[in-house]
Amino acid sequence: MEMVWEPKILAFLCNWCSYAGADLAGTSRIQYPPNIRVIRVPCSGRINPLFILKALQNGVDGVLVSGCHPGDCHYLSGNYVGRRKSATLKRFIEFLGLEEGRVQFSWVSAAEGGKFSQVVHEVTEEVKKLGPAKRFVKKSS
Amino acid sequence: MIQEKLRQKARELLESKAVDLVIGFGEGSLPLRVSPVFIRNPHEVDRLVWNSFCRQNLSTYLHKFKSLKIGLVVKGCDSRSVVALSLEKRFKPDQLFLIGVPCQRMVDHRRVKRAVQGEILHVSEQGDELIVEGKDFKTRLNRKDFLYPSCQVCVHRNPVRADLLMGEVVEEFSLLETHPDMKGFLNKGVEERWDYFEKETGRCIRCYACREACPMCYCPECFVDNSNPKWMEQGLSPSDLEFYHIVRAYHQTGRCTACGACERACPMEIRLTYMTEKLNQDVKELFGFETGVDPQASSPLSTFDVEDQQEFIK
Repeated sequence: MEMVWEPKILAFLCNWCSYAGADLAGTSRIQYPPNIRVIRVPCSGRINPLFILKALQNGVDGVLVSGCHPGDCHYLSGNYVGRRKSATLKRFIEFLGLEEGRVQFSWVSAAEGGKFSQVVHEVTEEVKKLGPAKRFVKKSS
Repeated sequence: MIQEKLRQKARELLESKAVDLVIGFGEGSLPLRVSPVFIRNPHEVDRLVWNSFCRQNLSTYLHKFKSLKIGLVVKGCDSRSVVALSLEKRFKPDQLFLIGVPCQRMVDHRRVKRAVQGEILHVSEQGDELIVEGKDFKTRLNRKDFLYPSCQVCVHRNPVRADLLMGEVVEEFSLLETHPDMKGFLNKGVEERWDYFEKETGRCIRCYACREACPMCYCPECFVDNSNPKWMEQGLSPSDLEFYHIVRAYHQTGRCTACGACERACPMEIRLTYMTEKLNQDVKELFGFETGVDPQASSPLSTFDVEDQQEFIK
């Protein structure tokens, strides 16, 4: 049987919204691609840009960061602060030459199981189009 | 002459005990070079110099003298670093006396060296001309052709904050429209941009001179030295070098004053300011912020606006 390449996507989901959204997608039996690996974080503002870079360095093909919608943050402003970090980091690494779409961001609330599924579909599709990550990936010695 | 005024003012400050220490530029051990000097005694003020090679950002030394009153010689970019550092509460408000010097843009000694054959033994300045002398040559060069990239695009030559200004305020204008290393970048494809980045960072020997030279890099433990989590391995794998340079630059988001100290300190001549230049542009475009210009404005990543752009978020 021929092996078909499937992208590995790391998803950082905030505890209060997106993780619960993913949970809802599960309990509601909504299908989404099995390409994502989830790491639960307290808040999208907790994402240190180093996490994203380290993931890419370790060979994931895409990174998704998802948090509460603006105004809904459990910690009031975590996602607003995170949004600024995301915007500058995304622009910066794409300027340096990483492909647009390797790192993606979304807002998914705890009530949006359907949206979570849709986001994972979209991200998986886009990363598939980019192909396996080559730049920046650390070769094992 | 600025140099004479600097020495005189430093003497006054030290004699009146207004400051304990003056940090300024002094003659280097080689022609075309200056070294930082730390003067505590009024008799030593003649070590201070001012010329076209005062390339360092001296505010980086503030971290080393927590309990002294310091007289600091600053150019435009250095004064912006001081403002940015005061925003991060790195020194006491009354600890500093800023001796500001409007900057004439600094000359890259490496470019001068490449322009002549043989070893340079003496350099002097006459207006806009550099008179470069060696064993069997003497040439006159126009200093404008040998400026640092960050100086060519500088629009903050006058210190934004100074307790005393040496010399006349200069007119603010940029010699070039875009940073020379950024030129044409917008037309370059993602492939080419990555190749350029890989080529530049590939030369890195991880001496961390860029980090040491930067006034904004003052963390007691840098991410590269962290052992738990261990962000970086030992060795020179291309991926680790890229990782270091992405993060080092990214940590300057909204904090870089484009003084170019990192690039000037690099022994491998890696183009570093094109990265920070991009971050500065983004921060200006996204948040309307320019580092160290407005002492009241808080750092863009420590605050937020409900109306921030978010088209990139699904």
